[in-house]
Amino acid sequence: MIKIKNSGPIDRILFYILVPAMFINLYLIFIWSPVERMMGEVQKIFYFHVGTAWVAFLAFFVVGVFSVLTLIKPKMERFIYAGISAEIGVLFTTLALTTGMVWGRASWNTWWTWEPRLITTLILWFIYVAYLFVRKMDGSWEKIAKLSSVFGIIGVINVPIVFMATRWWNTKLHPVVFGEGKDQTGGGMEPEMLATMFFSLFTITILYVFLLRKGAQIEKMREVIKKAKNNVINKIAS
Amino acid sequence: MTYLLMGYSAIFTLLAVYMVILGKRQKQIEKEIKQLEEWNSEI
Repeated sequence: MIKIKNSGPIDRILFYILVPAMFINLYLIFIWSPVERMMGEVQKIFYFHVGTAWVAFLAFFVVGVFSVLTLIKPKMERFIYAGISAEIGVLFTTLALTTGMVWGRASWNTWWTWEPRLITTLILWFIYVAYLFVRKMDGSWEKIAKLSSVFGIIGVINVPIVFMATRWWNTKLHPVVFGEGKDQTGGGMEPEMLATMFFSLFTITILYVFLLRKGAQIEKMREVIKKAKNNVINKIAS
Repeated sequence: MTYLLMGYSAIFTLLAVYMVILGKRQKQIEKEIKQLEEWNSEI
């Protein structure tokens, strides 16, 4: 598991916010928020499903931003942040797809259906898995950074398509949460449900920021060590 | 209830797996730092 002992103050603050927030979030989900009348207990998957999907979008947006910056001027730090954010994005898309499948089995009686939101999400997942493979290619990092940035930008173009899929293709199968209902917010959800959902979004976003920082620190250290090792080898050789 | 358990088990298992992967990377870095220190002291 990740060690927090030697972390900087920002990571410590994030960690000490994250741990209680996660427990509060679980309390809100399982005890405080009401049970949905039609679906029953299984509806409670929704809070993490929406949260993980939101963080996946955020992570890919961050990949897009760092990819554009890398194309403008390749810098190792930008390349590292894009890579870690893509990794977390793939993880959270996997979580969103998995929880979505469980939800689908409970409510539609099928694990998978070829519905626009699901198809576009799966395409997004494949694009970023490909992106991660491109980053592992042999060659100079500048070349790989530029090539993978193109993948990163193509992927981020797919994000609004995934978000708008249920609205554009109007299948009525996948529920629309944002921009629905009388107040254009929560598709007729109870206020407690809405509050729990927003708290989940907050908690999972903090988790994303924490993982991004930790992951990037590890990768930056790896680069520093690589350079130091090369220096030592050169010294020995000379 | 079974589906709910299934969903949350999947979430926390995958999150734990990713944290273990990050932890392993961190350990590897620490090992390499130690190795570098040894090399430096030998030089």
